[in-house]
Order: sequence, then C-alpha cells, then structure tokens
Amino acid sequence: MLRLNLDRERLKSTRSMRFLLYAVAALAAATPGRAQDTPAISGGAGFFTSTQGGKTTYLPIAEPLIAAPLGQHVLIESRAALLEFVSPSGGNQAGYNHSHFIGLTYLQGDYIASRHMTVAGGDYLIPFNTYNDRLSPIWIGNLQDGPLIASLGTFSSGSGLGGMVRGNAIERDKISIDYTWFYSAPSKNTQFAAQRATGGRASAYWIDKRLEAGFSYDRRLQGAHENFFGAHVWWEPRDTAFRLRSEFGRGQHAQGYWVEADYRTQRFGGLDSAVGRIEPVFRMQQTFRIDTAASDGLPGANTQRADFGLDYNLPHNTRILASYSRQFSSGGDHNIWETGIVYRFLFPAWKGR
Amino acid sequence: MPLKRALCSFLILTSVSIQASVSAFAAGRQSNAQAPAQANSAAEPKGGEQDRDEGERVFQQHCSRCHTAPDGFSPRISGTILRHMRVRASLSQREEKELLRFFNP
Repeated sequence: MLRLNLDRERLKSTRSMRFLLYAVAALAAATPGRAQDTPAISGGAGFFTSTQGGKTTYLPIAEPLIAAPLGQHVLIESRAALLEFVSPSGGNQAGYNHSHFIGLTYLQGDYIASRHMTVAGGDYLIPFNTYNDRLSPIWIGNLQDGPLIASLGTFSSGSGLGGMVRGNAIERDKISIDYTWFYSAPSKNTQFAAQRATGGRASAYWIDKRLEAGFSYDRRLQGAHENFFGAHVWWEPRDTAFRLRSEFGRGQHAQGYWVEADYRTQRFGGLDSAVGRIEPVFRMQQTFRIDTAASDGLPGANTQRADFGLDYNLPHNTRILASYSRQFSSGGDHNIWETGIVYRFLFPAWKGR
Repeated sequence: MPLKRALCSFLILTSVSIQASVSAFAAGRQSNAQAPAQANSAAEPKGGEQDRDEGERVFQQHCSRCHTAPDGFSPRISGTILRHMRVRASLSQREEKELLRFFNP
C-alpha cells in the first residue's frame, strides 16, 4: 500500500472537487492546433486486495489523467486519484470500516521552450530517482506496492509546488543524456502540499545497450535541512521483453535499495499469445536505518523484503496483478498476499469526426 | 558502514542480475530476432517503411522503458500523447515527429 499512501496523505475530499474543476476548465480551454491535438483523457481504474496477518483490505481506485495541448508549445496535464479504502474493523468488532479520498496527484503546465528544454510550473511530481514520477501510476507498476524507499527524497507529499526544467541535454547515436531540476516553495494547501526544496536528476541512456543509469539529489530547505541522494540503473536488453530496474536512495536517517526484474517470453507465439501475456516479476529490497529519527517514511527497523509477482496482461489494456511478499525485520516477519486488476483507458476528451 | 553495506548490496545485486540476464538472453537472441513485429513488444519489426522503423525504435527506447503500448487509441489524440511523452521522456523534436509517423502511418 505504500505507493498509494503517497496519494492518501494528500487527499482530502471536499475541496478537491474545486481543483478537479480547474483541471476540467483547462481541458475545456484547450484549442487544438492540429487534428491530432484533441485533449486526451487517460488513466487507470483498478481494484486491489491486500491480505496481511489474516486481515484483508480492499481498495477500488481510479486515477484519471488529462492532457490538453494549448497551441504548439504548451501542455496542461493533471492526474487525480479517487479511492475507497475498506479495512476490517479493529478489536473484536465485526464488519469493515471504509474511508474515501479524492485529490490531485499533480497539476502542471509545460512549456516546450526548445528541443533541449521544457519548463514546467505548478504542482509536479518530484523527480527523485525513478519511481515517483515514472512508475507510480497504477497502470504502470508491476506490483501493487511501491518500493519501501519510495518516500525517500520526495518530501512526504511526493510533489513540489513551483518550477521545474527538464529535457534532453545531449543526444548522440550511442548515448542520450537527460536532466531535470526543480525548485519547490512551501505550501500547506490541502491539494498542493509541498516543502521548500530543490534538487534534480541526471541520467544517461546508452542506446545500443538499452542501459540507463542516473543520479538524483535533492535538499529540503526548511526545518531541518536534509540532503537526499539517489541512483538508478535500468536495463532492457534488445530483442527481449525483459526489464531490470533498480534504485538506491540515501537520506539523513535511512537508506535502502530495490532491484526488480520482469519478463515476458516471445517463444510461444509472441507477446500476445496466452503464454506471452504471462509476466513473472521479482523484486528484492532492503532498508537500513541510520538513526531512529524516522522522518522519511521508511520502516523503523532494518527491513528486507522479497516480492514474487505474477501478472497477466489481458487484451484491451487490462492487467491482473498477483503477488506474494515476505518481509523480514526485527519488528516481526510477515507475509503479504496481494491481488488486483487494472484497466487502462485512453480516449479523446470529446467526440469528433 | 551502513552506506557501504547498502551500496555494496545494491551494486552486487544489480550487476549479478545484468550478467545473468546477458548470458540467458545471448543464446535466445537469434530466435527472438525472428519473432514477428509487434507495436507493443520489444521485438524488432520485420521490414516496413523506414519511418515506421525509426518511430518504433523511438517508442522502444523512450516509451516502453516505463510502460507497454496501449492496445490502440484514436489518431485524434496522437499529437497530445506525443507532447505528453515529449515532456515525460525528454523526446527531441525529431523523435516526436518520428513517433507521430509511427502512430499515424
């Protein structure tokens, strides 16, 4: 549930609708410049279950995303989360408790200034390591839970409020180098909670080898100023449907890493065959506490966790996720069983000819 | 010490995984290279126009690193998706055009 916790912390229901209306207004204001530039509504809808210690929680969730181009250089984009969290009543009481949340995950405007630079403003996902801004959507992640270190370097809310520049710094035949830099102002607004911080990420991609390696750094500039460092390595060998992703993160009080591999075979009729749609996933992760000032969302004790997943990629953008995880820590070892189904949607915002 | 331990574990696990995968896939590469072309796969396309090949290469290099291709979508939003991907995946203008031709052959 860690991945979803990032959203939950930011989600308060009543005022949320107002901000969703802003997003819809931006969508309505979009003026398509070309025939292909109709605003798009995308996202995922899913239903997840998680069983731990004999207790099962249920989570129906939708994460709609809108993207609306304005002219040739501007894009307004936003993602929201709507969920209902159902969990067993505590103590000896029968039945279930439930709570619902609606809120924005991000809302940003992008200005494509040149082939090497895009300037983004608004509420954006903090580009620390890769999970937060690249893998967190429910229709992308291979496992229901995010990594244990997902909250490291993302300042609780996972988003910043301010400006960000990003782009492709160097592009050659063999290597491509990307960069991202942001500055965030503090905000206590329910929907746009953020801390004063700055940081960025640089990554190199070796095109022939399909290998990406990057380094992230950010620094909290309010309260106790803290530095966060991250590194990631991704590899997707040519001609295969194998992916290896890994991250290392270090904060002032804790650090950790995760390595995840997933694979789909093409040997039995291709990826769209019954066998090719099966996707085994394995993730290994460890966290280490440096001290007990647990301000970073990582477990309070050193933790090891192995996740064994088995996904099935159904036709029509639907995916079934199932996983078993075993977590070890001095606070107690436990099993986590999770299942889920996710549907990804993608269509024009309005009907056209 | 904790930093060394974590870094060592991370590097060892990552490099062992890469090495093991290199060995495993080296043998299967030849047969995989003959697999039919699929827009949402990592397989190389067989023949076709050069533009489409280039667009598929861009898709595999930039988009499919994070996600598989959707089963299909309206051509009316292909430009919007491209701009979204240009920001997310730091595509160059040339790559954006190649990808547009790939989406709208």
